Amino acid sequence: MTTSTTSSAAASAAPKRRLADRLPIVKQLRQSVGLQRGMLVAGLVITVGFILTAIFAPVIAPYGYSQLRDAAGPFEAQQPPSPEHLFGTTVGGYDVLSRVIWGAQTSLLVIVIGVALSIFAGVALGLVSGYIGGWLDRTLVVIADAVYAFPSLLLAIVVAIVISGGQSNQIAGVMAAAISITVIFIPQYFRVIRAETVRIKSEAFVESARVIGASTPRVMFRHVLRNATRTLPLIFTLNSSEAVLTLAGLGFLGFGIEPSSAAEWGYDLNKALSDVTSGIWWTALFPGLAIVTVVLGITLVGESLNDLADPRLRGRRRVGASSGAVAQTSVVPGGTIDVPGGVDSLEAPGEGGSDR
Amino acid sequence: MSVVDIRNLSVSFATDAGAVKAVDRVSLTVDKGEILAIVGESGSGKTVTAKTILGLLPETATSSGVLLLANGAGGATDIVSVGRKRLREIRGTDVAMVFQEPSTALNPVYPVGWQIAEGLRAHGKISRKEAKAKAVDILRKVGLPDPETRVGYYPHQFSGGQKQRVVIAMALVLNPGLIVADEPTTALDVTVQAEILDLLRQVRDEFGTSIVLITHNMGVVADLADRVAVMYQGELVEQADVQTLFTAPTAQYTKDLLAAVPYVGQGTAAAAARAEARVDTTRETLVRARDLVIEYPGRLGRSGFRAVNGVSFEIAAGEVLGLVGESGSGKTTIGRAIAGLTTATGGSLDVLGTEMVGVKEREFRKHRVDIGFVFQDPATSFNPLLTIADCVAEPLIVHGRAKATSDARKRVDELLEAVQLPRSYGDRFPHELSGGQRQRASLARALALDPKLLVADEPTSALDVSVQARVLELFKELQRELGFAALFISHDLAVVDILADRIAVLYRGDLVEQGTGAEVLGAPKHPYTQRLLASLPVPDPVAQKARREELKRIRATEV
Repeated sequence: MTTSTTSSAAASAAPKRRLADRLPIVKQLRQSVGLQRGMLVAGLVITVGFILTAIFAPVIAPYGYSQLRDAAGPFEAQQPPSPEHLFGTTVGGYDVLSRVIWGAQTSLLVIVIGVALSIFAGVALGLVSGYIGGWLDRTLVVIADAVYAFPSLLLAIVVAIVISGGQSNQIAGVMAAAISITVIFIPQYFRVIRAETVRIKSEAFVESARVIGASTPRVMFRHVLRNATRTLPLIFTLNSSEAVLTLAGLGFLGFGIEPSSAAEWGYDLNKALSDVTSGIWWTALFPGLAIVTVVLGITLVGESLNDLADPRLRGRRRVGASSGAVAQTSVVPGGTIDVPGGVDSLEAPGEGGSDR
Repeated sequence: MSVVDIRNLSVSFATDAGAVKAVDRVSLTVDKGEILAIVGESGSGKTVTAKTILGLLPETATSSGVLLLANGAGGATDIVSVGRKRLREIRGTDVAMVFQEPSTALNPVYPVGWQIAEGLRAHGKISRKEAKAKAVDILRKVGLPDPETRVGYYPHQFSGGQKQRVVIAMALVLNPGLIVADEPTTALDVTVQAEILDLLRQVRDEFGTSIVLITHNMGVVADLADRVAVMYQGELVEQADVQTLFTAPTAQYTKDLLAAVPYVGQGTAAAAARAEARVDTTRETLVRARDLVIEYPGRLGRSGFRAVNGVSFEIAAGEVLGLVGESGSGKTTIGRAIAGLTTATGGSLDVLGTEMVGVKEREFRKHRVDIGFVFQDPATSFNPLLTIADCVAEPLIVHGRAKATSDARKRVDELLEAVQLPRSYGDRFPHELSGGQRQRASLARALALDPKLLVADEPTSALDVSVQARVLELFKELQRELGFAALFISHDLAVVDILADRIAVLYRGDLVEQGTGAEVLGAPKHPYTQRLLASLPVPDPVAQKARREELKRIRATEV
């Protein structure tokens, strides 16, 4: 930024940042150092592993999620880990490993549907509410607060009952969980985008667009919206981990998905409750570990992105004493363009805008 | 014996773009009871040097060299190598700091007396009563009236100048040998600035404290400093006593810097020449304000705040009106009302034939083609996600002169060249330009539709002196070539003097005086204008001394 000892040739070619430096996560990965990099990498590895597992579940899993027998005959119930069943079998005779792997697919589906549904509605409402203001804003804020006041799991249960009517196949179960998550998440996106919009609304570049005579929709979408969405990747990751937890919570309370229609970690944990007291540890341990790992992975990514987005929290390598080039500053004897070295040699982009 | 002895100090910072060197082998000394001014523009390393004296550098910084700070006992400590615990002991007792922005340097939830006492408590046991007595005593010494009551006041109950007095009191309470003042008057109005400068001078005389004054304002330097160190790009360019520096600068940079400083009286001749060249007197009036009142609505149950109180003025086509006033005078409000960003509430404001009191945005939108606006802060006036070309093309697209940026690119290139920016800068993003470049791009955007009227709200106050000089020069040239009328808003009389045909002086929402530059600045009639003019420090130590006497006389007659 400050080391612009560029030659005069550079005056004709504006510096283009490489694509790799602009992609959201890749950019952060490149600028991170030390512990922050470790956290981000660990989170990314877990998250990518989770997504790959979900996508390739049919290939990876040794058995189907509802498979009770193979060529050698029916599975025996509550078997400890063995070469045939690496994580053992459940009280119902399901293979634990296969259910854990298939469960990733259900979780991913819920995250994708839930977040996709809420992000658009939340962003649109937040933008309109923040920019237009007035009674519309006040009403929407009150509604968002009201939704906040409900315990999220309770709300999810109500929605689950309404949608699936108590019985659950895969689609109904996934949709119930996803929509109940949507209801909880819309106010979160709404609030963040609204707060950003209110802040950006009073910035000089928005006023300058208004002075030019740009119409309200143009100001809203061209100038405000893109600047307001900077924090979205962060909420997105944090909400994803919350979505996993909500789904597991629903399953654990018995509002989940029947084992015959899809694998679900929370449901398996619920069924494993009685096993724990009789010394059968494998039915509870592995689904539980799966939940913890996925939530941990996604949260690590989110937290690292949060730290890296803030220049004050971002770690940097220490520099050697008195190293580095001196930043170029101003003062121009004579004209502007006819200076040897061109305009670039005189005015490097100063510290003025670097805080954005 | 010197209070501070800096030898070969270098400081580097770790940034996203790699290591950046802020200070490069600087050697300086400050003697007892001396005021040393470190002058330089942004990025020159002056603040970093000053912060090193207090050991206040952030964790990303690495420093080398020697910085010896004398302590009360007659010894000296090397700040660069000393540990944190020792640093804490030194701060406050041996060296103290006065910050730029008094409203953020004070904690809003504690009374000022408590905050002064906090420094005392950090350096030894002291009873509550004693601490309060000391706080009252020091507040009296910095000239705060009625300190017994005010010691219990919270920061928001003071004005900006009073807050800065409290900050200075906090720095003085342990009687340190050295005070580092980082732009102590930059956030203050000129009239208040003069008072604070007087106070700092008095502090030196009465307490024998040495002061390191960091500033970019050559007028302040001429007013206060004994010796001046000029910094440029992290290096010390020149060091001389104040007389020598202003009369016979040796380094080229210092000469350029001094030449770039605007001073009152510069523009009078130019304005007279322009007035003569303008023969036709039948020019149309673009803006006519009659008893204009602008009120900001109050919260429920409270009356509103009246920012502008019955102001009348006119702007004719091709004329530049300079609007001068201190903060809170309503100058920006008037500019915003003309551009339709703030609603005018009373009287009459006629802009390009539209009555702005009670106007609907839909009716006014067609006139926006004829109005350009340049904002104060170049850092925020561009959408950070659009390129400069996109931003400059925006008015053309909005008003249907072009469909997309690519259509308008030819006109954008012309505009960029008109404001002396290379065409290729159109492809850059705003953060890739410096402040001065951005402000020139902002001018290009404002002129894109060839407006009849340009409203410039403090367009140069966020810029360095030399950059400011160039932007003003550019503004003058463009105004001459394109012939637009302009409302030029500024708190700086010297800047307004360079550009304006007529000057209007605002004071707390009232227009106290208006006329040509020669009338208003040459022979001011209103006492406020006189005081404003006398408060403005000039970059010449001898002339400034005479001015100081003049100001003292004016103040004496007012009381």
